[in-house]
Amino acid sequence: MTVAQSVLPALWPALPELILGVGVLVLVLYGSFRGERSAEGVNVGALLLLVLALFVVMSQPGTKVTTLNGSFIVDGFSKVMKALILLGSAASILLSRDYFQRERIDRFEFPILIVLSTLGMMVMASANDLISLYLGLELQSLAAYVIAAFHRDNLKSTEAGLKYFVLGALSSGMLLYGSSLVYGFTGTVSFPGIVAALNDTTVGFGLVLGIVFVAAGVAFKLAAVPFHMWTPDVYEGSPTPVTAFFASAPKMAAMAMTVRIFIGAFPDVTAVWQQIIVFVAIASMALGSFAAIGQRSIKRLMAYSSIGNVGYALVGLAASSQAGISGVVIYMIIYLAMTLGAFAVILSLRRGGQMFETVDDLSGLSRTHPVLAFCLAAMMFSLAGIPPLAGFFAKFYVFAAAIEANLVALAIIGVVTSVVGAFYYLRLVKVMYFDEPLAPYDPMAPGLRIVLGLSSAVVILFVLLPAPLVGAAGAAAKSLFAGS
Amino acid sequence: MSAAAAFFYLFAGVTVASGFMVIASRNPVASVLYLILAFVNAAGLFVMMGAEFLAMILVVVYVGAVAVLFLFVVMMLDVDFAQLRQGFQRYLPIGALIGAIFLIELILVVGSWSIDPDLLQAPLGPLASTEGVTNTQALGRVLYTDYVFYFQLAGMILLTAMIGAIVLTLRDRPGVKRQNISVQNARTQADAVETRKVPSRQGVEV
Repeated sequence: MTVAQSVLPALWPALPELILGVGVLVLVLYGSFRGERSAEGVNVGALLLLVLALFVVMSQPGTKVTTLNGSFIVDGFSKVMKALILLGSAASILLSRDYFQRERIDRFEFPILIVLSTLGMMVMASANDLISLYLGLELQSLAAYVIAAFHRDNLKSTEAGLKYFVLGALSSGMLLYGSSLVYGFTGTVSFPGIVAALNDTTVGFGLVLGIVFVAAGVAFKLAAVPFHMWTPDVYEGSPTPVTAFFASAPKMAAMAMTVRIFIGAFPDVTAVWQQIIVFVAIASMALGSFAAIGQRSIKRLMAYSSIGNVGYALVGLAASSQAGISGVVIYMIIYLAMTLGAFAVILSLRRGGQMFETVDDLSGLSRTHPVLAFCLAAMMFSLAGIPPLAGFFAKFYVFAAAIEANLVALAIIGVVTSVVGAFYYLRLVKVMYFDEPLAPYDPMAPGLRIVLGLSSAVVILFVLLPAPLVGAAGAAAKSLFAGS
Repeated sequence: MSAAAAFFYLFAGVTVASGFMVIASRNPVASVLYLILAFVNAAGLFVMMGAEFLAMILVVVYVGAVAVLFLFVVMMLDVDFAQLRQGFQRYLPIGALIGAIFLIELILVVGSWSIDPDLLQAPLGPLASTEGVTNTQALGRVLYTDYVFYFQLAGMILLTAMIGAIVLTLRDRPGVKRQNISVQNARTQADAVETRKVPSRQGVEV
């Protein structure tokens, strides 16, 4: 008699996901039984879940483990990206509380949707085949479409939700079409299987077409040029905390997914996808810099800024080396801090129940709110890439990797566009410090203070203590390249 | 002719005929009903091939959900089909041209196909042994073991969709009178009916 085979796969690598999945079901039940009064409790519960998952992620060993029939991988890379995703989501919940209460759309479903979206993002960061990648992506995006339209009595918000939904569905279709071609021409959906299949065969036209479609779908989710057109409208129309969420955690997940696909599944056919990434990076950096110049709305400005930042991060991916991926991870860490900090300031521009969202509303902020102005100035100098702030190092690592990989032209274009980008970031600083002050704004909510404080600390103090973050990014990149 | 062949021709004939009627019928509601007929007969064909799970899914999902949804949409939307057909004569040439191009492309593509001779030799049917196992059971065996992760994730996606639909559409309307069954059942004659003596020419106070 043979020993009964263990049916249950090893579940402990997926423990953070299980915590979020089970926890969110409990929150849904709690919320639906308590009704609208439960918003406060569900908010706290969701925050606790995310923090608990963060602790579990951090305590997992960084060794490579696959489980659930090989479709789920946990390694150093997924660990760092999941930590960033969880931080971004938790910060978004902190940022949202005060805003939703004042706008009277304080419903308990918002934190639940954030947690569901986070679950999808964590699956994306841990995906080891095309199906789990796609399912994670759909879970993430479906929740995102809903929260874009969360202010459902507001025309702009519903329009943003609808636009995001239609274009997101289109991009999912492209990703699926590309995945089906990849599956058809390699005979497997698992990333290690694709690597093995590509070792045996030459890359045919069909597979190239598949990779191109996958790249297009991925670029949509990253909001990289030429698939960026939804970004400014969605960022402007959505409620501001939702915009902060879109600019933070889903960007981390989309970048994790991009790296997983290109480095995990197609590491040996760099020649096929490198030119796509180089083009997308150049176009994103250029559009992010030039199109932002004329913007009056800070949210649109941040949308173009996020497009540009994705371009810079993709420079590291284009290098397709360990140093390049390490640069990407460092860039995403610092980008997360800068974006969340900037949105914390935007969300505090409120006077008598009204939000102010244009660049002119920052006028003279240094005299009415010196600390706020100082923090935003630090974020802007950092986004512009001025040393000794963190943003400079973020750009430095990706450009250095690109030069190492003989992509000198790409690095030069990157530096030139970041000079152009510096213009509009510094214009914000000029408006804050040299223009006539307006009436003071209401005091900041505690959630905003926490997020702004932490992100400012990262941006300003990175130069003193870069080792932990750089070390974590290096370990993450190493885990992707160690096996191959 | 055996009974199996007779049923095959019955199902196949009705499927093709109702498929034709879907596009030939003038009334869109009738078209959808013909579509349902085609689905049910196709399900019959699946049962004859031994794919009973597929047959049931076809009935449950396509007839039960998709076709009924079509029916709702067709009945709810006031589409004037006469008006839609108005430009038919004018657009006929360009439509015929595009149709012809597609037809030629299809012929070129399908005509150049060659089937691997090994494939023709290979037995048609499931690869793994399915001795004594219905295909519902066989699907369940992989769905809840190897692919349990995908299954659960798909469940989370459906939950998200449901929550999203409720968040975006449900509105609490004040002043709606709801049925409270326990209160209804707890009513007795004593609570509901009162007997009073009505004095002549005075009436009762309510």
